[in-house]
Amino acid sequence: MALLQIAEPGQSSVPHQHRLAVGIDLGTTNSLVATVRSGEASVLPDKAGEYLLPSVVRYLQEGGVAVGNDARAHAASDPYNTIVSVKRLMGRGIGDVTAFRDTLPYEFESAEAGMPFIRTVSGAKSPVEVSAEILKVLLERAEETLQGELVGAVITVPAYFDEAQRQATKDAATLANINVLRLLSEPTAAAVAYGLDQKDDGIILVFDLGGGTFDVSVLRLNKGVFEVLATGGDSALGGDDFDSVVAEWLAEQVDIRAQMTAGLSRQFMEQARAVKEALTTANEAWATFEIAGQERSVSVSKARFDELIAPLVSKTVRACKKVVKDAGLALTDIQDVVLVGGSTRVPKVREQVEVLFGKKPHVDIDPDRVVAIGAAIQADVLAGNKPDSEMLLLDVIPLSLGLETMGGLVEKVIHRNSPIPVARAQEFTTYQDGQTAMAIHILQGERELVEDCRSLSRFVLHGIPPMAAGAAKIRVTFQVDADGLLGVEAKELSTGVESSIQVKPSYGLNDTQIADMLRASYTAADEDKEKRALREQQVEAERLLIALDQALSVDKALLTKDEYMELNAEMDILRQLKGSGSSRDIEQGVERLAKVSDEFASRRMDASIRKALTGHSIQEIEEGS
Amino acid sequence: MDIQLNYFAFLGLPESYDIDMGKLSQCYLDLQKTLHPDRFAHKSEREKRMSVQYTAYLNEAVSTLKSPLGRAQYLLHLKGVDTISESSVQLDPAFLFEQMSLRERLEDIKQFEEPFDALDTLSDEVKGLFNSYQSGFKEAYEQGGSALEEAASWVRKMQFAAKLQAEVERVESELD
Repeated sequence: MALLQIAEPGQSSVPHQHRLAVGIDLGTTNSLVATVRSGEASVLPDKAGEYLLPSVVRYLQEGGVAVGNDARAHAASDPYNTIVSVKRLMGRGIGDVTAFRDTLPYEFESAEAGMPFIRTVSGAKSPVEVSAEILKVLLERAEETLQGELVGAVITVPAYFDEAQRQATKDAATLANINVLRLLSEPTAAAVAYGLDQKDDGIILVFDLGGGTFDVSVLRLNKGVFEVLATGGDSALGGDDFDSVVAEWLAEQVDIRAQMTAGLSRQFMEQARAVKEALTTANEAWATFEIAGQERSVSVSKARFDELIAPLVSKTVRACKKVVKDAGLALTDIQDVVLVGGSTRVPKVREQVEVLFGKKPHVDIDPDRVVAIGAAIQADVLAGNKPDSEMLLLDVIPLSLGLETMGGLVEKVIHRNSPIPVARAQEFTTYQDGQTAMAIHILQGERELVEDCRSLSRFVLHGIPPMAAGAAKIRVTFQVDADGLLGVEAKELSTGVESSIQVKPSYGLNDTQIADMLRASYTAADEDKEKRALREQQVEAERLLIALDQALSVDKALLTKDEYMELNAEMDILRQLKGSGSSRDIEQGVERLAKVSDEFASRRMDASIRKALTGHSIQEIEEGS
Repeated sequence: MDIQLNYFAFLGLPESYDIDMGKLSQCYLDLQKTLHPDRFAHKSEREKRMSVQYTAYLNEAVSTLKSPLGRAQYLLHLKGVDTISESSVQLDPAFLFEQMSLRERLEDIKQFEEPFDALDTLSDEVKGLFNSYQSGFKEAYEQGGSALEEAASWVRKMQFAAKLQAEVERVESELD
């Protein structure tokens, strides 16, 4: 019999290693990557020293791709192949994107699934692929700067992002070969960046006005735990809209609206943006254009600008009031206000926020960087680098999830603002005698009618035994994970017939498409693929072994002697496989060990619940005495 | 396994309608710190899955017990009285008549030029009704035994009042 290895109690057999992890802010206008080094979070610059990567992707004639400033420089001259603000298209159906036709000049084509593809010189590109190009550049930047392989990334999404938009973001990360540690909501990231978790408790409002999205969230802080109490906003409102109203006004001034072309429209948008930026400090700014070889210029006063954007600003104020009310609070309950997003540099916006809450908002951290910094701090914790951290971020689901019932109505199963993860079951029955199948249609939104909600997915539960109408009992279980992603399971209770899916939005990419795209992106030969698979399995095996070593060093007492021996023997087998086996062998070893350690894991979980609760009651007994 | 425990036991609270909300919140946070998927992000797939299940159960337990109606329904459920999925119930005509007239009032208010004061009055009235049903429930529930049927009928009334209150709030936010 092989000798068993026993680590000294309380000590892991592997020395602690700093695991590289990053936070990524995948923004509408700009994207950033940040990390924690020697306890300090910072945004990583590119070789030229630039922190912001413009979220612009240009597809070139020769088949290449340019991302960032290179791409943005061609936004006006090559508008159809240069994709800006792709975040607005994420998780949207072809029907939704036509609403953006006025502001985005692309030529869309619809795939069979209804997902919009953008026609470019190098073929039709989905928004997910475009986003993946941006992520790839950030990943490369991080790996070059940090000189190592990343264990993963926290990617931020607007709190208001629905299931389809979150799924699209995660798919983009998969395409870019990034392991997503968590999708984190942007406002929570901002609150973390300000170190508000160091305070004992408080109510925080995060006002996030980015290029294309507006988010407002109310968070409660209690001894390191952030809870999102309510979230709202407008997923199609941002600084780009400020630019649009200004551009429109400018076009009126030079009387050019009838001859507008895609290129000219970009020119107006760019001038509008320049005017907006100049007016954050100046009282007057000039916009200049070249129209038919002639130079024209128009002056914009700060007062005129404020007047133009006033309807948009008051939209944000109304959204703030609504979210505070949703949280069950009054405006005076808000103790801290955090401003996020480049558009909060607009003086009129700051002024309105200050008036509304009667206090100066936090603005010390660059509003463009604050989200990436918060994400990096969370990534550091999730990678396991800070085992003693008290920080915990609890998120909620932004929109209600439900099912279609008779008459085109939506029955809500999980309500908006429920904390995640969440699982909820609802029972339904058949409406016809002898009915053997049931169509399940999953929707997201607050309205009562199916047509007013967003259709997420449909599937059919087959094999229901024929019974009288109303006799069959079908239990549909919704489960939303900590990233806000939904899985749905349907089960007929008398026979146990089951059907389940991981929801993929009707117009999203399906798993096969993602796999194909991934495969296409590996230009390498099969040998490299096996190398890569082997490395992945080795990492997985290592992770499991380290986790078990640590668990055994603390909770060995939860196992009988026989169980302990069995577990150790399996661990030894995997250790050997890890050094010598093929990726397939290791994969099987990992599965076997996971199975053997199952019971141990659940006992540990139960023990920790008891500990959490007992710790609590002892404290109370002491307080009571 | 603890996930099979009833919500009160899971959270270490006595099984009663009156609960200490402060203690509930404290238990919730303590358990979240132990169980949340963020604590398992670098652990094995199996542990990650379990953590999701446990936290989902915790969230369900807390949201049920926090809600006055949810808590009442859950207490009855533990006593074998189902008020959650029942489809047809008998309620006394006087109660139904009162509910109907309240709903008519809400419909009328929608047409008012200045609806907000009238909405506030209606909202206060509905809240008052809910509170009185709640006291009725508590008394019958604590009596137990054959009084549980009576407790169930109070819960049905609470359901009506809660739905109406939600409706009032919906109208309010639409008029805003």
